Parts: sequence; C-alpha cells; structure tokens
Amino acid sequence: MTWVGQPLPRREDLPLLTGRGQFVDDVQVANPLHVAFARSPWAHAEIRSVDLAGALASPGVAAGIAGTELPGLTEPFAAGITHRLAYYALAVDRARYAGEPVAAIAAESRYLAEDAVELVLADYEPLEAVVTVEDALDPAKPLLHEQVGSNVVVDRTLRYGDPDAAFARADLVVEETLRWERYSSTPIETYGIVADYEPASGLLTMWANFMGPMTLLPVLARSLRMPEEKLRVIVPKDIGGSFGIKSSLFPYMTVVALLAMRAGRPVKWIEDRAEHLIGSSHQPDRVGTRELALTRDGEIIGLRAHVVDNLGAYVRAPEPATTYRPLGNYVGPYRVRDVELHLVDVVSNKVPTGPNRGYGCQQVYLETERTLDEAAVELGFDPAEIRRRNLIQADAFPYETPTGGVYDSGDYPRVLELALETAGYGELRALQAQARAEGCLVGIGIGLAVDPSISNMGYITVALPPEVRQAPGYNPKSGAADWAQVRVNASGKVVVTMGTAPQGQGHETAVAQVIADELGLSPDDVATVDAFDSHTSVWSVSSGSYSSRFSGIAAGAARKAAGVVRRQILEIGSTLLEAAVDDLELVDGEVRVKGSPDRSVSLRRVAGVAHWDPHGLPEGTSAGIQASEVLHVPTSAPPTHDDRVNSSHAYGFVAEVVAVEVDPLTWGVTILSYASANDAGTIINPKLVEGQTYGSALHGLGGALLEEFRWDEDGQFLTGTFADYRCLTAAEAPRIATAHVETPSPFTPVGAKGCGESSSETAPAAVANAVADALRPLGLKPTHLPLTPARLWELARA
Amino acid sequence: MIDVAVTVNGTRHERRVEPRLLLSDFLRHELSLYGTHVGCEHGVCGACTVLLDGRPARSCLTLAAQADGRAIHTVESLADGGRLHPLQQAFHEHFGLQCGFCTPGILITAAFFLEQHPDPTEAEVRAELAGHLCRCTGYAPIVDSILAAAAALRR
Repeated sequence: MTWVGQPLPRREDLPLLTGRGQFVDDVQVANPLHVAFARSPWAHAEIRSVDLAGALASPGVAAGIAGTELPGLTEPFAAGITHRLAYYALAVDRARYAGEPVAAIAAESRYLAEDAVELVLADYEPLEAVVTVEDALDPAKPLLHEQVGSNVVVDRTLRYGDPDAAFARADLVVEETLRWERYSSTPIETYGIVADYEPASGLLTMWANFMGPMTLLPVLARSLRMPEEKLRVIVPKDIGGSFGIKSSLFPYMTVVALLAMRAGRPVKWIEDRAEHLIGSSHQPDRVGTRELALTRDGEIIGLRAHVVDNLGAYVRAPEPATTYRPLGNYVGPYRVRDVELHLVDVVSNKVPTGPNRGYGCQQVYLETERTLDEAAVELGFDPAEIRRRNLIQADAFPYETPTGGVYDSGDYPRVLELALETAGYGELRALQAQARAEGCLVGIGIGLAVDPSISNMGYITVALPPEVRQAPGYNPKSGAADWAQVRVNASGKVVVTMGTAPQGQGHETAVAQVIADELGLSPDDVATVDAFDSHTSVWSVSSGSYSSRFSGIAAGAARKAAGVVRRQILEIGSTLLEAAVDDLELVDGEVRVKGSPDRSVSLRRVAGVAHWDPHGLPEGTSAGIQASEVLHVPTSAPPTHDDRVNSSHAYGFVAEVVAVEVDPLTWGVTILSYASANDAGTIINPKLVEGQTYGSALHGLGGALLEEFRWDEDGQFLTGTFADYRCLTAAEAPRIATAHVETPSPFTPVGAKGCGESSSETAPAAVANAVADALRPLGLKPTHLPLTPARLWELARA
Repeated sequence: MIDVAVTVNGTRHERRVEPRLLLSDFLRHELSLYGTHVGCEHGVCGACTVLLDGRPARSCLTLAAQADGRAIHTVESLADGGRLHPLQQAFHEHFGLQCGFCTPGILITAAFFLEQHPDPTEAEVRAELAGHLCRCTGYAPIVDSILAAAAALRR
C-alpha cells in the first residue's frame, strides 16, 4: 500500500473539534498584563507631542510607551530597498495612516487598558493625505518620507530579449489598464502576542501566531537591539488561519516586548477585529497596464507591463515583494520571450502592505489574462483557442522563462483541456448563446496561472539595482531551505518533527503519509510534531509556512531524513539478522531478508538495541536512531546581473473556467459554475489539496468580486468592521468541480509542488473575464476591481 | 461589580464581575473555557456562538450579566467524553475544518439548526451558515459535513 495519494482524514482535527485547540490567546502565562494601542485618528499628521501621564495614572495601568521614545530604544525595521524609511513600531514624529499606533498601554485587563488609551493625549498637526496610486505619483502632493524626496520608493525597468522589436513587428498590440483595490485574506483569528522578559538572563520569550518567514526574526531582534539568541519566539501549536497576513505582525512584537521589559511582567496583546482591519496588513492597491504584441495567428510575441503597487505608509519586509515575487513566472504559461517590465512601488497614507495569498501573482495573471481575452476578441479567436496557441508544450520542461524562472515540470495543454472538459465548455458556450438570445447577461471566463511555490529569498533583491547588488561588500541572497527530523524512539515508534508554523493546512497528516511510505509503516505508526520554537527547532531564515513551501521543502526534508533513518535501521538489522544491508527490506514494521520473510526482526527490536543496548550495535554506529536534515534547493540562486531570477522552486499549473450571470437590475454577479484543473505535482493527500483549491478560490473570488478596503479622500478608513468589509459567505460560495493532473516535480523529493495559493491566482482572472464576457453585448468593459454591484452599476450608468 | 450565576455545560458557576464584561471574555478568562473563540467582537463572524438557554447567541455581543440565571452550552459540551458528537464526526470525515478557529461557533449553530431542521436542503444549510465566516474551507466541505451529520442524526 502506498500512503502518498490517499485521502486520509486529518490527525489535527480532534482537539480543534472539541474546543481544545492551542491558539495564542489560549497560552497561559502567570499574571499577565494586557495591551491596548492608541492609534492616530489622522491619515497624515505631524505629532507634536504624546502625553501618557493621564493614561499611566488610570486604574490598573502598569506601563505605557509612546512612539516618541522608540528611536531611543529601537532600530527602525530593515527592508530590501535602497531608501531608509525610518519605520518604527509606533509612529514617532509623524502619523502616516489612520489607525497607525502612536502609543501602547499595558494594564491589568484589556478593559482597563482601553480605558487608559482614552486618556492618551496626542497633539497632531494634520497634513494633506496621499491616498491613491495617482496621489502618490503626483509631485504636488506632500512627501511621506521627506528624506526619500519622492513617494516613489522603487522604480525599475527590466528588459528581457528585445521587446521593442517584438512590438514593432506585431500585427496587433492590445493594451488594458486594470485597477484593483486592496483586500486581505482576513484570518478569523487576529494577531496575538505574549511576551515574557527575564531581566537576570536578558532572555525575551515571545509566543506569537507568526507564520514566518523566519528572515523576520533577525529583523525583529535588530529592532530590539537584542542578540538573536536572547530572543526566543514560540509559535503556538494552532494558528487560526493566516494566508500570508500573519507574516506582518512582527512590528507589534517589538512594542509588546518593550512593554514586558518595562513592566517586568508578562504582557499579552490580542488584536481585535477593528485593529486588524485598519492596522494589520493588506494586499497593495494596484494600477497595472499590460500590453501584448500578437501576430494575426494569435501568437503572443511581446509582453509589456507597467505596474504601480501602493505599499502604504512604510515598506515593511518582505515588501516590495508583492511586485517582484512573480518575476520568474511573469510570462505565465505562454511562450513569449520578449518582455519589458516597468515596476513601480509607491508609499501613501494607508496601512503597510504584506504577503496575501497568491502574493503578487493574481495581479499579474489578472492583467495578462484580461488583456489576452480582449486580444482574442479582436483577432476572432475563442479565448480557449488563443491560449492553446501560446502554451508552453509538455516536452519543453524543464523550461527556462525569459525572466529566469525554471519551470520544473508540467503539461499545460493537457490541464487546459481537462479544465474545459470538466467545465463542459462547449455546452456552456451553447447555454450562453441561448441565455443571450433571451437577454440574459451570461459570461464565461478562463484563467490560467503558473503557480509558483517555495520562493527563493533572493528574488526580492531584484528590487535593488544591479549596481547595488554588484557593489563590493554586498552579500547576495538566495535559498529556500527548511528542516525536519525523524527519529525512532526506544519502543520503535517513529516521530517526525518539523517547525513549519502551520495554519490549518494538515501538514502533520501529510508528512505522516510520506514517512509511512519511506519506512514501510502505516501512518498510524508515525507520530508527528509540528511546532516552531526558535530555541529548540532546527531552522533557517527561510523556514515558515509562506509561499506554499511545505510539501516541497519541509515534507522533502522529512523524507530525506527518513532515508537516513532507514539506512540506520537496516544497518542494525543487518547485524541482528547476519545479512547484508542490500539484502534487507523494511516492510510492515519489520526488517526482513528479501525473499525469506521468516528471517525478520521487528523495528521495535531494532530500536530496542539502539536505545537499550548500544553496545550491541555495529561498529561505528551511534546510539539511538535519528536524522535531522536541511533541504536546500540548488536551482535557488541569487538574481543575475541582468535581473533574471528563478524566483520560486516549483511551478504548478492551474486552469479554471468560470461561468457567471450578471443581474442587470442589481448588477450582482452570480457564479453559475466553477471548474478547476490543477497540476501540483505528486499529490500527497487529495482531500488536503482540494481544501486548498476551495479556500484559495474563495479568496480570489472575494478579492475580485466583493472584498475591498476603502478610504475617503482624506485617508479616513471606511471599512472598519466585517459589516463594511464584506467577506463571501456560504450563500455565495460556489461548488467547484475539480480535476487533477500529476506531473511530479523533478526538483522536490516527494515530487510535490505547493498548492496553497493556486486558485487565488486564477479565480480573479477567470471571474473578471467571465464578467467582461457577460457585459460585452452591452459594450461595457469592467476594468476596476472588485467588481461589486455598485461598481458595475456605475460602469453601466456611464 | 455585579454577581453572576450561570450554568455552563451543566456546571454552576458564580462570579462577581464588571457589568461591562462580555460573555465571551467571561467564558474564556473567568471560566477558562477556551473552546469559544473570538473573531470579530461585533457579531458578524460567528466564531463565538454559544447556546444561551438552548438558542444560539453571539457571546461577544452578550454581557456576562445578561447570562445571569441562564444555561449556556459551549463547544466543550458536544462530545460525550471521548465520543464525538455526530457533527464533530462528520466534520472530521468531510474535512469540514482547516485551522479550526471558526469551527466551535459553526458546530454550535449547526447543532441547533439540525434540531430545528433535521432534514435540510443544501440551500437551507448554506443560508444558515451565512451567519458564520470561514476563511479556510470555501464552505463546501462544511456544508457537506452538516448534511452528513443530519443524515447520521436521523438514523
């Protein structure tokens, strides 16, 4: 029996179903204080003074801190751009977004802390707010960071091949500009941090629902002016969803830590929803223009992108990665080689941005796929046909993209045809024709995405000009390593330990399936621990659960470790059975001589010798049975001097077909059908993959159709509750017809590719194409997302 | 301060609390019943849902004082020792949860809903579930879990 590929139920479920999860707000420390933040009511204002006296005299208050103190206590957070923006955990002398924390109070209860926050006296001198992308590009608007001299903080033009020549010889050039407002995956559990400082040793222990990347732990330690070994970060066993958002909580960790040091007591902060919406992290708002150069046969011969991402008040690491993360896969599944990318990042008076499921890819694919559909209309092709004509073919892998990506494996034509078949594309088109004849606004959209997983940390450095990266003393960055340990305890039980900081993906269930196969066991015989603790886990800066890296890297490291353990078991078995290692096999919990099943020894006995009688081990064998392995990725290299980078390590493929109906009275969009075909390499557990498809599709659909953070022209935040920021519910969420192709990745030990972001990258493109298709008979072209009823109504009215 | 006496999952508790204390905070921080989760504190996400005298209530929009003299059931009451409630079993079998943070409130609402509607349609389940936000599952596995639990409970 092979366990990889089986739809095993999740071992994570039982505590969660019975109310015994261990989330950060369930962490118990003795006698904690509770934090509340005073936040700026202005989007943009000079801070003349912050007076905590009244707050500190308020009942139950033990400590407080004002942003004005932070330059004396902390370093600004580092980010990978050439400008220094002086980003501190609290606003120092200027508030740069409505809701920016300016002071924090620790009191005996959250209630008392909030009472005290009402007494914080901050004196503001309001400034004109910079809200939109256009505001940020307008030289007449005030500067957010005067030392930068511009609200444009990164501006790079990257050229690959000869885009000018391609556009000069094109039969058709199609250009579309799309605007996409901010959204976020808004996990139902908000940020949470507990800090405990031990003054005698100087050890600061923090519990936080932080998902990585652990690159941010050195950033945090540096902000606290603390040696890394004095900072212990423990991620509680359960995180209540993240989808990228909880990588951005580290600035709050600095404040909670400072309060714990100041108060001499443990301090706890559980963010509330209002704080989360206004002050955690969003996907940037973006204006993107795509130009495609095509031949009259529908071949894409050139691609130009001009995008502006609005990163908000500061550039918070790993930003500006939203703009750069898709670099290696910018061309998606298409063969086009001549590419020009003009990538601009601006700052404004909005909350800083950060990773959000799909991280930069949904924008790229929305822009390309929408533009391609318009090209199909102009050239008279069906949208499926124009895509067929441009797909990278199955015999081309591994395929190096013009921008430096190395697509590991795939069969894009087969997946596209599977999606069309699953959707019943022909019948859908017939139904659409009938519906149109009856005056109904029905549309069909296709979205394709090459889905990158296991990001290469080095890609972010493309935001730096090559001369900076080539300067003496510059330390290049690359890599995507993570770690796992496999051990066999004295009773013969196998234990796999990882530190992936999972958020509900089912990592323990999946890794048990991988290790069961490797060691000839049942998953029930494999115990699993997935717990990140910076002092006990073996970790690297690239550890964490971001960028869909588990199945490729962490499960891969576990499999690699299990291979070493397997060898150790066989070597001990070889002594006990007096047989050569090569003649042995490990099956059903026993070491057996191949072909002589009566000559066997149980794993329990092997482990017993290793632990209870090491003297009986073969010469040179160490006591116990365990291996700890770090898996690095050889194709993960720093960017080249000409800005090529393999920005991820594995590349899946998603093809989706969505049919919608637009109601011409309410302008609401109803999803009639949704089909998704996906190639994520080897599937470890199909039900876990299906769960990721459903979840990622819902985020993509929400961001494309409904979810939107809004501000008024003064930068006041208008969507401060879940009644204003509206998420899709079960009443709107579609059934998805799923189908899979498995082309195993040659670059990951299990052959698996990440799938956590998959449909979040295709759903917006597919549904926007469907809505555009539905509205085409009216001569309307939607270009501003999300496609809310109000926005479609405005489009129709104009 | 105000005296509150409540029966939670069959056990009577008496506490003296601030009048403004939320029932969600009372359950979690006074009674150490951490199964009830707080997701929005304004009554939209539904994670904090408990049964108050047998009916679903947002414990984040209820004061502890309002629960005085009343019976509360939380997610901790569903399983019978090691034996899962049919809803919990169905959620396990149908992958009805991922991170599990929204799950306690959904289980409570679903338990009440299935008492009232033992044989619901999918559309009815979806309409009821629309009072809860889940950001992981895309809802379909939750719908399937509730329909499967309905069938199990009817047997």
